[in-house]
Amino acid sequence: MESTRPKSNNLPVITLKPSKGWLAVDFKELWRYRELVFFLTWRDIKVRYKQAVLGIGWAILQPLLTVLIFTVIFGILLETPSQDLPYPLFALSALLPWQLFATALQRSSVSLVGNANLITKIYFPRLAIPLSTVFAALVDFGVSLVVLFGVMAYYRYWPTWNTLWLVPIVLLTILTALAVGLWFSALNVQYRDIQHMVPFIIQVWMYASPIVYPIETIPAGIWRVLYGLNPMVGVIQGFRWALLGGSPPDLTMLISVGVVLVLFVSGLYYFRRMEKTFADIV
Amino acid sequence: MSDIAIRVENISKRYRIGLAQSRPDTLRDLLMANIRRVGNLFRRGDNGDSDNLSHIWALKGVSFEVARGQVLGIVGRNGAGKSTLLKILSRVTDPTEGFGEIHGRVGSLLEVGTGFHPELSGRENIYLNGAILGMRREEIDRKFDEIVDFSEVEKFIDTPVKRYSSGMYLRLAFAVAAHLEPEILVVDEVLAVGDAEFQRKCLGKMSDVAQEGRTVLFVSHNMSAIQRLTQETIVLDQGKIVMRAPTTEAVDFYLNMGLTKQGERFWEPEERSDAKSRFVPVALRVLNPAGEVVDTVKAAEGFAIELEYNLKVPISGLRVGLYMMTTRGEYVFTSFDTDEREKFEDFTNRDAGHYISRCFIPPNLMNEGRYVLGVNASVYRIQRFFQDDKALTFTVDATGAPGMQWPEQRLGPVRPKLNWQIELKEK
Repeated sequence: MESTRPKSNNLPVITLKPSKGWLAVDFKELWRYRELVFFLTWRDIKVRYKQAVLGIGWAILQPLLTVLIFTVIFGILLETPSQDLPYPLFALSALLPWQLFATALQRSSVSLVGNANLITKIYFPRLAIPLSTVFAALVDFGVSLVVLFGVMAYYRYWPTWNTLWLVPIVLLTILTALAVGLWFSALNVQYRDIQHMVPFIIQVWMYASPIVYPIETIPAGIWRVLYGLNPMVGVIQGFRWALLGGSPPDLTMLISVGVVLVLFVSGLYYFRRMEKTFADIV
Repeated sequence: MSDIAIRVENISKRYRIGLAQSRPDTLRDLLMANIRRVGNLFRRGDNGDSDNLSHIWALKGVSFEVARGQVLGIVGRNGAGKSTLLKILSRVTDPTEGFGEIHGRVGSLLEVGTGFHPELSGRENIYLNGAILGMRREEIDRKFDEIVDFSEVEKFIDTPVKRYSSGMYLRLAFAVAAHLEPEILVVDEVLAVGDAEFQRKCLGKMSDVAQEGRTVLFVSHNMSAIQRLTQETIVLDQGKIVMRAPTTEAVDFYLNMGLTKQGERFWEPEERSDAKSRFVPVALRVLNPAGEVVDTVKAAEGFAIELEYNLKVPISGLRVGLYMMTTRGEYVFTSFDTDEREKFEDFTNRDAGHYISRCFIPPNLMNEGRYVLGVNASVYRIQRFFQDDKALTFTVDATGAPGMQWPEQRLGPVRPKLNWQIELKEK
């Protein structure tokens, strides 16, 4: 654990000693390293689209192609109900927050191991690494959001005041990804099993969220409450409602927020507890 | 109080063996270990002490102080704890025990190019690497031209660094790191890379840094670099400080540490070519003139290299060869024990038995540096019994070599003492 206090001669004094127990997050320090977070985010985005002919165009194509597949299989072939919305719009409005979540979770889970060379050589708050992957996913999301507004315009849906709710809902999405990502990234440092499990977890999680089917498919009552324990249920439901109207978020939203907060705070503490061992075991 | 830059007291660091290097545990291992632990609960006499066997102390009870503006050298063999100490001081890892205080920001140059991304251009990497090393953006903006200038890669600054030659890559990486301005700079082996010209430049930059009055901790296997840059040096051995003294004295002590286990390579039974093998290598050693196994030899004194081996059956036409290479893989020479006609006649047919083939490297032949020895046993054009291209590395120290009045590095792997004649033809 370190503490930094100014000395009479204006030099910061760093204390080195064994860290013990559970530590709170040093937000002040994290803030001092904001430029590092920025550059790591920037690196992630830059590197991802280097040497790709379509470049950032992939952030547009990916959701479009996925929606096309969903529309054909679930919309046309299986005739899945879609809350009286055109199926492509119904699916896309859920796919966007979902892809933000899935990308952020997947990347942050392997982020510490992927940056092992930094962790073993240089000191900085380790939180900067999963944070930057989540921010990078947010940039992709921003691009595909433009596509969504385009598709909405095509179906004659226009933004309303409710659309402003997107801001807290997107925040909740990345908080969810970060909450799980913190747990996974820290665990993955020691148990590489995590990185093999994550793709399956994400796949199962997707079908456990109302993306290709409406929430009404789940019987109301106790089942719906249990279903709401999946925080992405609240997120997706809220996202759809903010853009397209329909059934507004209900009790499930509150459950979702509660679950995320518990995961996030515990994830932060677990991460901080393990942080000092990353360089030794990664 | 204010003139102390670093103070550490009783710093110790314990590692679980294999944890740092090998693949981390899997969940399955964890489950198995837990099952075993549960099983152990029912066994008497197991008090958990066996756990200590799986740990090593990389550092044990290290205490020292460094005054502000001092340039302190740290030497020690591989595994002596140098890197662990630097990692603790630069806060990459926590000490297991002990306490330390650092007055000022620490910049660490644990490896040049840390965080460089091959896909990004030189320009982009300067910013990324600068940020990783703790520079602020405006600081990088300010020093950008200076960094590019130092690195000599202006023309390629917008080319992805994956297209750089390794020399350009290193120059750029060092240039960024060299322009850090922390109060305390921790430097580990940055001079072990690059060509001689570049090394000279780095060394020059390092002494500039030292003269600016910043505190520098300098770790190297390069004794001449240590001697050029530092006045005082700490010698680490097995995680403890065994000496702190003026550099000349400390380096001498380090080079003569009799307890050395390096300079010698044993082949374990499973490493030998195979069980049915007729030629079985036992050990390869580097010996000083006194016949002691050493990791570092003095070029001015000459040294010996010996290979010990067993022949299970008589072999006719056998020759045992030695290759010497630089650490960059350039061959310095190849030599066989039956090169000489006399030896060829006497030993080309060898009976089964226990042998040593020993050769002497004359004084004033090798330049300073680290070298790699390869060995080989074969019958010319018929059969190869054994080959190990990187059997052992050792260091040649230039103390007492010709031309040491100029403290510079000489190009080339040899540094022969030549018989120069200077004639005055006209006046």
